[in-house]
Amino acid sequence: MEKDSLKGKIDLLLIAGSAGSLDVLLKVLPAIKYNLSFPIIIVLHRKASYDSSLINLFNSKATLPVVEAEEKDSLQNGKIYVAPSDYHLLVETDHSVSLDYSEKIQYSRPCIDVTFETAAEVYKTRIAAILLSGANSDGAAGLKSIKNHGGITAVQNPQYAEVSYMPQKAIQIAPIDYILNIEEIANFINKLSL
Amino acid sequence: MMIEYNFIQDEDVDIILNDILESYGYDFTEYSKASIKRRINRLFTLDRFMSFAEFRYRLKSDPDYMHRFIEQVTVTVTEMFRDPQFYKVLREQVLPTLGTYPFIRIWHAGCSTGEEVYSMAILLKEANLYHKALLYATDLNPEVLEKARMGIFPLSQMKQYSENYIQSGGTKDFSQYYTANYDKAKFDEELSRKMIFSTHNLVSDRSFNEFQLILCRNVLIYFDKDLQVKVFNLFEQSLDNLGYLALGSKETIRFSSLTSRFKQLDNEKIWRKIA
Ligand SMILES: C[S@@+](CC[C@H](N)C(=O)[O-])C[C@H]1O[C@@H](n2cnc3c(N)ncnc32)[C@H](O)[C@@H]1O
Repeated sequence: MEKDSLKGKIDLLLIAGSAGSLDVLLKVLPAIKYNLSFPIIIVLHRKASYDSSLINLFNSKATLPVVEAEEKDSLQNGKIYVAPSDYHLLVETDHSVSLDYSEKIQYSRPCIDVTFETAAEVYKTRIAAILLSGANSDGAAGLKSIKNHGGITAVQNPQYAEVSYMPQKAIQIAPIDYILNIEEIANFINKLSL
Repeated sequence: MMIEYNFIQDEDVDIILNDILESYGYDFTEYSKASIKRRINRLFTLDRFMSFAEFRYRLKSDPDYMHRFIEQVTVTVTEMFRDPQFYKVLREQVLPTLGTYPFIRIWHAGCSTGEEVYSMAILLKEANLYHKALLYATDLNPEVLEKARMGIFPLSQMKQYSENYIQSGGTKDFSQYYTANYDKAKFDEELSRKMIFSTHNLVSDRSFNEFQLILCRNVLIYFDKDLQVKVFNLFEQSLDNLGYLALGSKETIRFSSLTSRFKQLDNEKIWRKIA
């Protein structure tokens, strides 16, 4: 794809990962432009108890405001929403989010696939998703769904990921548009913005 | 690997929910769409239907299958002393106030299999208030209520529940409250003596009493905003002046008109009716 073709392409960005993703996010979030033209949802597998400190940590680094996604929040451009631990996060047709405490999927809650798939159905072609480092296969089916609906898919380059399994798995089952090194991720995100 | 549940589309969901409303009187039309759609697709896949028409026909013509639908499509996951910090605030701030009343009526709306109700009974016992309390436990699903009535939970959960109990400020030996038998833990009947179980549908049924405390935890996340507002009004009508409303850890009254007439306790999901 040519250089400027990404501009204004999306209305929602999803970033997700598991083991080894936190460091990536802490490098990427400070480099995102402050007037981003779409919202970001982050889905991160983690232990339940760290939630408020995680949001504080992100806020200390990020250019954009970071909040834990609340029940029925309407997604706003230029804001970053983190799926709370122990709940699945689903995207609704009116661009709000619902939380769901049903069974773990892929041993995970939040499950990346659930967020990716529900968001793909709502945003169709106007969405991009980036899958980072991780040790399980969650997210791969979700990326496939993003692609099926005409969205943009990207993964962290498994070669340099702390745990390569997750992006590797995604590359195996889903068409991936961009394989990105850590330094390239923020730039990729900024280019999608208006 | 996860199967993509994508057979039933938005329009199909609407058709099915309307069928169910017409044939059985259960109204799921104002549940959060993404969530209920995912649950319906999950059921469709689990039960290996070949077509939407077949699924639709089965639901309309087979009341037993309708029970399965309710059981599988609503989320019934629950725990004892789930969110221990919440129970700690009940213990330390809410029960002492309720204790000054001559009687205490508590409503657990959407109690599922009852773990929450038995947790409350334990708190009341330990605060010496059980004798003047009544616990109304309701749910739309009669099957979960049947389990709640028995007070039998998997023994494998007891370690976790006991930890939750301690974190909630419990100082007794948690195992004194149940008898272990094979892989089951049967809770003391003394705890269920003051419990009243009944079906009640928050969407269609009305207020049936006045309470000093209503708990409705992890139910409203499955409702859309409009339905949440209706249910909040039902709760307001069912609460005594100065009564308490307790919600799940991700739920809030912020979208409703209740905000002006309720005051939140610290940072907990507990609000007190002030006017
Ligand atoms: C996730 S469980 C919550 C159990 C418990 N309160 C807790 O927080 O652990 C949700 C329960 O709400 C019930 N429910 C769903 N819709 C309902 C309705 N319209 N009226 C009453 N109960 C409902 C379901 O049957 C289910 O048992």
